[in-house]
Amino acid sequence: MKDLVIIGGGPAGMSAAIAAYENGIKDILILERDSNLGGILQQCIHNGFGLHKFGEELTGPEYAWRYEKKVRELGIEFKLNTMVLDVTEDKVITATNTEDGLFQIKAKAVILAMGCRERSKGALNIAGSRPAGIYSAGTAQKYVNMKGYLPGKNIVILGSGDIGLIMARRMTLEGAKVHAVCELMPYSGGLARNIEQCLNDFGIPLKLSHTIIQIHGKDRVEGVTIAKVDEKRKPIKGSEEYIPCDTILFSVGLLPENELSKTANVTLSPITSGAVVDQDRQTSVEGIFSCGNVLHVHDLVDYVSEEAEIAGKAAVEYINGIQDESVLIPINTDGKIRYTVPQRITKKKDVAVYFRVSNIYKNVIIKVSDGNNTLLTKKKVKVAPGEMESITLKKEIFENVKELYFSLEEK
Amino acid sequence: MYDVTVIGAGVVGGLVARALSKYKLNICILESENDVAMGASKANSAIVHAGFDAKAGTLKAKLNVRGNQMMEEVCKELGVKYKNNGSLVVGFSEEDRAVLGELLERGKANNVEGLRIIEKDELHQMEPNLSDDIICALYAPTGGIVCPYTLTISAVGNAMDNGAELKCNFKVTDIEETENGYRVSSENDSVTTRYIINCAGIYSDEIAKMIGDNSFDIHPRRGEYILLDRENEQIFSHTIFRTPSKMGKGILITPTVHNNLLLGPTSYDMTDKDDKDTTAVGFEAILNSTKETAKSVPINKTITSFCGLRSVGSTGDFIINSPKKGFINVAGIESPGLSSSPAIAEYIEEMLKEDGLELILKPEYNPTRKPYYAFHEASAEEKNAIIKENPAYGRIVCRCEGITEGEIVDAIRRNPQPRDLDGVKRRTRAQMGRCQGGFCGPYVIEILSKELDIPYENITKFGGESLINVEITKGGQSQ
Repeated sequence: MKDLVIIGGGPAGMSAAIAAYENGIKDILILERDSNLGGILQQCIHNGFGLHKFGEELTGPEYAWRYEKKVRELGIEFKLNTMVLDVTEDKVITATNTEDGLFQIKAKAVILAMGCRERSKGALNIAGSRPAGIYSAGTAQKYVNMKGYLPGKNIVILGSGDIGLIMARRMTLEGAKVHAVCELMPYSGGLARNIEQCLNDFGIPLKLSHTIIQIHGKDRVEGVTIAKVDEKRKPIKGSEEYIPCDTILFSVGLLPENELSKTANVTLSPITSGAVVDQDRQTSVEGIFSCGNVLHVHDLVDYVSEEAEIAGKAAVEYINGIQDESVLIPINTDGKIRYTVPQRITKKKDVAVYFRVSNIYKNVIIKVSDGNNTLLTKKKVKVAPGEMESITLKKEIFENVKELYFSLEEK
Repeated sequence: MYDVTVIGAGVVGGLVARALSKYKLNICILESENDVAMGASKANSAIVHAGFDAKAGTLKAKLNVRGNQMMEEVCKELGVKYKNNGSLVVGFSEEDRAVLGELLERGKANNVEGLRIIEKDELHQMEPNLSDDIICALYAPTGGIVCPYTLTISAVGNAMDNGAELKCNFKVTDIEETENGYRVSSENDSVTTRYIINCAGIYSDEIAKMIGDNSFDIHPRRGEYILLDRENEQIFSHTIFRTPSKMGKGILITPTVHNNLLLGPTSYDMTDKDDKDTTAVGFEAILNSTKETAKSVPINKTITSFCGLRSVGSTGDFIINSPKKGFINVAGIESPGLSSSPAIAEYIEEMLKEDGLELILKPEYNPTRKPYYAFHEASAEEKNAIIKENPAYGRIVCRCEGITEGEIVDAIRRNPQPRDLDGVKRRTRAQMGRCQGGFCGPYVIEILSKELDIPYENITKFGGESLINVEITKGGQSQ
């Protein structure tokens, strides 16, 4: 029996563990499937992490080490190379590793912090052959940064998510030629600063509203045919262009890895593919919390850490028997606002609501209402799907409402 | 000198070699690729057909029905996943019903057991996710599903365990007749043999022509597939066929033995035997057809798509004959080739016997083979026991499919040895899940590199020039 078991020792898991420890729960176990703590940050050797949290530009491993160091100093227990196979609604965790074999632990509270994975090329039904030389951007990053190998020399990247942009620069620095980054949408899904620093600074063309329609090559990739797409994202005849290359990197979206949440019967949102949570990041199953990229894909790790602190603190309250019985207020969105996290809140405290928009909008007003009356508005010059937004709601403004509505109006 | 040389390590070649490996014979299997099961045997519908499609009297009909009867036992012996899930040929109209009636009669003539036409109510109870527009179906309780590449791998492996030899990357370029048999050559190797069994799939006509047999041609017919992620329960439990038309059996929806859902195949006649490209037109055809058949298909669960080439013979039937003493063609093995494969092996055994090849049983012959270990299917006690015995079973390498290092090492050490990433994938399912090797690929390379003692950067996806990494940049794995 453990007070708190945290699944995943990446930035979310470590931050949640530290927050729980500092709020009084010491009987914590972190289960990590990799051979090190730090999660995906281990291979993110570029800088830009921690600006928000520490006011410094750290590399991924540096950012992760700040947390790992704390975990070690506090003596928080963790098991590496340990894969959790099952979590039940009763918070019984089944895991395996080489030393303990298959083992079960019962926990008073569980924090799910498994992170996310990349959508693979296979999910896209791209026509053509299936040669070697096709990687998701994160896999290529692993080969280059962790293993010391270059997976190819002439690169085309599909998708302008942040990892794709980072890898465009990384492959260039390693001596490869990145011929183009194609993006199906008319805008990039990545951070503006990454487009500037990873593409523009290196003269790598970003081809918006373009996709790969055919992969060529028998043993190894020999080229791709790309084409411009129309508003319905269908390739436009006559716009085809052949680019010789030996490698294609895919950066076409991240998917929260919620296989374990499903075994625990946690309700998932079809929009985020993560759990539906309240402001404590508690899922539909009492005592099971979710935070970080397994809950929803974040743009900055700083926000992952913040969210995990919320979950860690809340898990402590849960373990200590402090439960908020007040009615949950659902937050509705209008489609232009794609989703919010949390998706429902109780009335007990101020809450920061994070959200993403579904398109690029300029000069907008974000409106929070109870269905009839506007409770709060926030002006923004520009919002984009690649960047997470937030609004803090004072508890006074939603004390007497049954539902909340988030909407976006263009001027 | 070999007694028998099998050209082509597909499912037919594998099962033929295995059937012959029970006798005191020197057997050699020649495969042009880096691994076995690299042609149609790895890219097909994975169906064990009941046997109502082919016209009575044809080899297709005879061998399909017999193969269907043999399949369960063969799979049991070889430790291959097989499931008798039953199949349904669904009809949308009275015209379809008439065709189903013909199929029923044909099936009866072929001695297929248990066939019957079922009506809408019963049908929709059996498969609630079928479209409401479907009014009837031909139900074939003997229809089944099998894992075609593990069947091939295990057949070749069992043949090797019983003494057969496998030569990969042996692309036959020439066959010459010798005094008491043949010399089969590749660019840099050759073997001599008394008998040749030509199981070269799509290239079997070219092999036949090497001994002067121009009696048939093979052309490729493209079949594209879309594979959806594994689920505990799939939306269909039976294999769902459309009522056949001139272009073949149409696009089916079927669960696989690993609980994925498979959609396909398309059917396009081709000329280029090396063109295994998927096409946008093909994807559209699959999606449109499945939308008609099913109320809903979770296309967003797509994990990969692929294309296989059927070997379509110019005679319309399987081409199994001996154009010359000591040379047997097993060609044109299109659908129901997989279903017929165990029966084809038996048939070849008979042909050789009739030809006067002395078949003396080996007392040490072992028809069984341990299945590839599946950690995720084991009980908690078994899992603990195996981890205690070998801690590598406690380390999960492939997260999506739950495959351990122990399973991968075991697969690499067994016959036939995989030498590339795809070979490990087909044997263990590592890299076969929703992330398609994104996470575990780099680790699988590490294990392969260590086990085979070849440098990390030399590991390929499927042999040849299909390298995963092209250059060491930071000292690589050796540092």
